[in-house]
Amino acid sequence: MNVEQLDIRDHLARYAPFDSLPDALLDRIAEGIEVRYFQAGTDLLVKDQAVEELWYIRSGAVEMFQRSGRLFNRLGEGDVFGYSDLLRNRRVRYPVRALEDTLIYFIPAAIFDEVCEQDDDFAEFFDTGGRRLKATVEQHRDDSDMMSTRVRKLIDRPPEMVDVDTPLQTAAQRMRDTNATSLLVLDTAMEASARTFTDRDGHNRQLVGILTDRDFCARMAAGGLSPDVPVGEVMSRRVIVVQSDETVHEAMLSMLRNQVHHLPVLHRRQPIGVLHISDIVRYETPTSLFLVNNIFLQNDIDQLARLSGEVRTAFARMVADGANSEMVGRSLATIGRSFTHRLIELAEAELGPPPVPYCFMVLGSMARDEPTITADQDNALVLDDRFDPEQHDAYFAALAKFVSDGLAACRYPYCKGDVMATNPRWRQPLAVWKRYFTEWMDEPNPESLLHSSIFFDLAAVHGDEPLVEALQDLIAELAPKRPYFLAAMARNALGRTPPLGFFRTFVMEQDGKHRKSINLKRRGTAPLVDLVRVHALACGSKAQNTFARLDDIARTRLLADGVNDRLRYAFEFLSMVRIRHQAHDIEQGDEADNNVEPENIASRERHHLKDAFEVISHAQKFLGFRYPMPSKTKKAR
Amino acid sequence: MRFGEQRPDWPEYLAGRANQTRNRKLADYFSTGSLSADMAIGEAPLVALDLETTGLDATRHDIVSIGVMPFTLERIRVSDGRYWVLSPRRALSDESVAFHHITHTEVAQAPDFAAIIDELLACLKGRLVVVHYRQLERSFIDAAVRERLGEGLLFPVIDTMSLEARIHRQSWWARLRRWAGRPVASIRLHESRLRYNLPAYTGHHALVDALATAELLQAQIARHYRWETPVGELWR
Repeated sequence: MNVEQLDIRDHLARYAPFDSLPDALLDRIAEGIEVRYFQAGTDLLVKDQAVEELWYIRSGAVEMFQRSGRLFNRLGEGDVFGYSDLLRNRRVRYPVRALEDTLIYFIPAAIFDEVCEQDDDFAEFFDTGGRRLKATVEQHRDDSDMMSTRVRKLIDRPPEMVDVDTPLQTAAQRMRDTNATSLLVLDTAMEASARTFTDRDGHNRQLVGILTDRDFCARMAAGGLSPDVPVGEVMSRRVIVVQSDETVHEAMLSMLRNQVHHLPVLHRRQPIGVLHISDIVRYETPTSLFLVNNIFLQNDIDQLARLSGEVRTAFARMVADGANSEMVGRSLATIGRSFTHRLIELAEAELGPPPVPYCFMVLGSMARDEPTITADQDNALVLDDRFDPEQHDAYFAALAKFVSDGLAACRYPYCKGDVMATNPRWRQPLAVWKRYFTEWMDEPNPESLLHSSIFFDLAAVHGDEPLVEALQDLIAELAPKRPYFLAAMARNALGRTPPLGFFRTFVMEQDGKHRKSINLKRRGTAPLVDLVRVHALACGSKAQNTFARLDDIARTRLLADGVNDRLRYAFEFLSMVRIRHQAHDIEQGDEADNNVEPENIASRERHHLKDAFEVISHAQKFLGFRYPMPSKTKKAR
Repeated sequence: MRFGEQRPDWPEYLAGRANQTRNRKLADYFSTGSLSADMAIGEAPLVALDLETTGLDATRHDIVSIGVMPFTLERIRVSDGRYWVLSPRRALSDESVAFHHITHTEVAQAPDFAAIIDELLACLKGRLVVVHYRQLERSFIDAAVRERLGEGLLFPVIDTMSLEARIHRQSWWARLRRWAGRPVASIRLHESRLRYNLPAYTGHHALVDALATAELLQAQIARHYRWETPVGELWR
């Protein structure tokens, strides 16, 4: 049977607990898979339904609910469910619904039982259920899982393979087009032997060589190579391979021992991928995903607070692995919101269900999906309009305090400007919030403008999300029609200027402590975020993220050609300098901050930094011109 | 029979063929199962079919490989899938070698279509065929069977590509987009699948594409139709 071609086995092999199964059992499961598509919103398992299969998420996401109807868990690609009921031979306890369009692989009960019977680790995985993640994370900290993880888990794409007689130029183009750093070279064998494998069309093939990007450079540099030379004459015939069910540790040793950077991975004799040394290095990184899962397994503030050190490690590793600012920002935002979300769940568990519906919202950088590791907490509560302060406020005050104190314990410092749900002013029903925003836009004054850079970046974290959406809608509707507000916001955005003479005259922050440094947030990213926000408000965008706002702005004619791209570039660059600097602080054991010393900036970066500051400076000049202060009479609307 | 805009009366055609055919294999195929136009799609036994060919013209080109995947809206059992590499009668062009990654020597060892007709008919029998782009599959199967058995083989098919075209090219919204000069939605298999959040598969393998087509139909019915939709509204 040709089931092997269907990508199913390779997908399973990347996820626990299938990743540690021996090949024979993995094949058994892959061959028995059944497939079905479910549209978002469909009920997959209904309470008390009979369970006859293990459910595996091939793509998409699902939500699992508690008996009370509350969300219990969210699962995504590579996750399994249905097993707790399947193992106990009982009817569905936790209903499951498709959160996104989802493709499910079913593993029939008979095969599931058979594999559990034969593989203790596999059975153990399902027995321990939720506790496994924690164990995995702990295991992750020492190197021991390199000893147990199988190589094939690291393979995420098939190898690029060419025939021995392929011309060198064609091979080079193939490498360029596929971004591969190596090509496996195959020859057709007349007869099957111990060294041949059968390809997907039933023919005998043999791996005879490997061509890497380094080979290209080395042999090209030696000179005299024609583009028509067949790869067979150039390739390296010394092929060190690893079997797909060997451990990562063995693969790493083999690379070191043989001084190679590429290791073809074989399933029996068939090449299924190529392992590069960087795959192994990357594998050792604790990912934010692990952390997020772990956050939701903690049951009190102390446990959560203990994870805050891991957030810093994960952040530093992410930067070292070359993540861009958007990836770092999104990961940190997801982590921060997960802490908040879990704290709210714990608060509700302690205080009981809320007396009226509410939504907990985050403001500022967390809402923009671009916090850095130094972000403090900015949050607020939007309550249902049935809220009666006399009756209900004690509950929400307690909830706000619980969450805010919890966040502080998890190293999200209290907001210095008191923009937190603990402040009664920021714990109000929707109608009051609507009045706030309307007043801020109708009658901007110095005090409200001070808030604007925080409150006009808002996102729901937990609860009744339409409450926050209503505010986002209101802003998008009113802001474009309030020239006086836009002008005031524009003027406000000019308050912080980039240090154009940074390297020449050493314009430094004058706060005493960091006299010889520059605050990259205050003088770089923040002014840029501010000016992008003004344009976004003017065009009625509901995006919160700066890159997403730039996308929306690009659809209008607000900015001249090319300006959008330059802003994007400047923002990415400034964010990355700031992020790398913070990662450096953490690795040195210092508390991360936003102050960068000129001597810590490489000379080639200085040039870019100057460019970035100039982009901001130009954009600020344009801002004042684009949103002029209307005459007084127009203001009274 | 011509395949213009007219939709043939399939049950009548199939019954007619069952009576008239002189070939035992085809008689067996045509007399098995009862595909009626009012059968609900959710109840229908289906089979996704995909061909890789040496070109687009059934009169000049040949089938190189066939993948079939029996399924229902409820389930695709991958172990039921079948796949054959065939030997084309006419020489394999270099372009199609590059396209399918099947080489001359490989094809030389493969059987002729005649050798797999029985198995193929057994897979299709009693099931409603689902393809992505019916003109190709229909004309090639018809020509290949006609050449070996002396009579053609036609059957109703659900074409996931034309379902996608109905949704993305013929709706008023699609027309408006076209009028406004916006790019037209691609209805190729891969691009269509992305619209339903279906995973990307490495293409140009007949069995992979048969599975991909089966999943796409499940997704299209889930999003745009109902399980009760009669197959007569969908087949061509």
